[in-house]
Amino acid sequence: MNPKKPLDPFFWLTVVCGSVVVAFILLPLIQMMAQPSLQDLKEAIQDPAVRRSIWLSIYTSGLAAFISFTIGTPFAYLLARRDFPGKKFVESIIDLPIMIPHPIVGIAILGLAGKNHWLGHLMHQVGIYVMGTVTGIVTVLTFVALPFYVNTVKAGFEAIPVRLEHVSRSLGASPAKTFLRVTFPLASRSMLVGIIMCCARAISEFGAVVIVAYHPMIAPVLIYERFTAYGLKYSQPVAVWLILVCLVLFLLLRIVTGQRGSKTAAGKKPS
Amino acid sequence: MIRIETLRIELPGFALKDIDILVQDGEFFTLLGPTGAGKTLMLEAIAGLVPITSGHIRVNGRDITHIPPEQRGIGIVYQDYALFPHLTVLENITFGLRYHKTDPQASEQWLQWLMERLGLRQLASRSISYLSGGEKQRVAIARALAVKPSVLLLDEPLCALDPNFREEIRHVLKKLHQEVGITFLMVTHDFAEALFLGERAAMLNHGRIEQIGPVSHVFKRPATPFVAEFVGMRNVFPATFDDAKAVVDDLELDLLEPPERDKRYVAIRAEDVVIRKEKLCRNNVNVFKGKVLEVIDRGISHEVLVRTGTVIFKAMLTKGTLLEMNLLEGKEVHIEIRPSSIHVL
Repeated sequence: MNPKKPLDPFFWLTVVCGSVVVAFILLPLIQMMAQPSLQDLKEAIQDPAVRRSIWLSIYTSGLAAFISFTIGTPFAYLLARRDFPGKKFVESIIDLPIMIPHPIVGIAILGLAGKNHWLGHLMHQVGIYVMGTVTGIVTVLTFVALPFYVNTVKAGFEAIPVRLEHVSRSLGASPAKTFLRVTFPLASRSMLVGIIMCCARAISEFGAVVIVAYHPMIAPVLIYERFTAYGLKYSQPVAVWLILVCLVLFLLLRIVTGQRGSKTAAGKKPS
Repeated sequence: MIRIETLRIELPGFALKDIDILVQDGEFFTLLGPTGAGKTLMLEAIAGLVPITSGHIRVNGRDITHIPPEQRGIGIVYQDYALFPHLTVLENITFGLRYHKTDPQASEQWLQWLMERLGLRQLASRSISYLSGGEKQRVAIARALAVKPSVLLLDEPLCALDPNFREEIRHVLKKLHQEVGITFLMVTHDFAEALFLGERAAMLNHGRIEQIGPVSHVFKRPATPFVAEFVGMRNVFPATFDDAKAVVDDLELDLLEPPERDKRYVAIRAEDVVIRKEKLCRNNVNVFKGKVLEVIDRGISHEVLVRTGTVIFKAMLTKGTLLEMNLLEGKEVHIEIRPSSIHVL
């Protein structure tokens, strides 16, 4: 922008709106983070129930992300590379979990996993229980978080020129080897972003989990329970801990995988 | 040797039809045509990367029509290089070696020779992102040749390069082809490239082959109006023939000899249309009076459009000649076309 010219009003409108948005997001969070005293925080983390719930939140979300990675990656590849009749329909099915209100997700899954349904009946016979179990939590978390993984990684695959795969095939590599040696490493960054998005979505889920499994308590459910039973002051320290732990984890994930990721990103740059 | 028989590929909105090509062992064959003629599609069909509708492709007698690309032994080099960005130069070149069971010593020797030949020794451990266009194309060629394919397909390998790199890669390709004895099949839209590199050429237009033959033959004796224009004959007119005369609108052109039957066009190179200020009193064969319609600057040369009657001829002059003759739009001139410069199609 030319500094000599007076800035036009529209520019200022965009700046003002931007500031409102940033303040709107940050103010409540800062307020909440600043509220509990160090003593409150210390007491909260010394409570085994709090530690257990945070750990449960993290590892159920991690499992949901792992499942999404395992079954979502080949599926995202299929969507990115192949055209088939009904593809648009399949793609809109993927987006459904984003739109459906969360308690409805919980109710829908319970309906399928209950004794009255043949599938639920079958699951009970082999010893898989959804209601009030970690299995149930992971199931609903995967349900709500999978679309974020699939959509991110699909876009990542689409950005890789199909010619690279063609060349790999012409050099003697089978489709599977081509995927492992060319496509997978080039998409690793988008997979990492997908995993982070997926984890973030899963760890923030409350509505669906509270229907399927009030116990064992994940952190959001525990925070909700403390809020309704004891009030704001008792729920805040737990919330602060959950946010802190998540931030550290995501940061670590970025650092651990960042080395390879940045190399790939640099390689992708056209010269 | 590649033998393509009645190949047909149908895509939504485009089709390659009735393709019959025989490429000899060790030949440098060029596939020529404008953008959208279906050249790349044909290359990818030979490499097994697009499904074909009908027909057969044989390489060295083996029918490979339904064999997956990784078992065909056909290398491909794309115009945008398609190098693996996450691998180094050496890792790119050796990518395919593990899928080809060969004597490791011979393979190593071949690799060293290739890298030496293509000047890639010093670049071996470099990342792909810091290479120039010419270097990238040399890596792509080395990578494809490293596994000793029976055929190397080149998809406009010079197209994306700067002019000085283009010259370099052109020579590299020519020398390499002479030295390795592998069949090269190159796609290009530049006839000059085909003249320099190719031995024989097929002209592709709208998914069909219009002419196949030695490149110089295609250049001198184009078979269709499309090929004539493609090889630079700027004057192509529909004509009727009467003994050794061709009639183009209201002009009568004398030919060297009566044409064969079923000929329908005459084609003349712009450089063969001679412009004179005065009518010379020689035997006056094919000399017509006309008016300069337009002078177009084409860089090195100038194109002069001359209207005689209803026909517009395109002539090519150097800047010097143009200035000397003081040709301006609207000026009256005479044009002369030697009977030997008139091609009958």
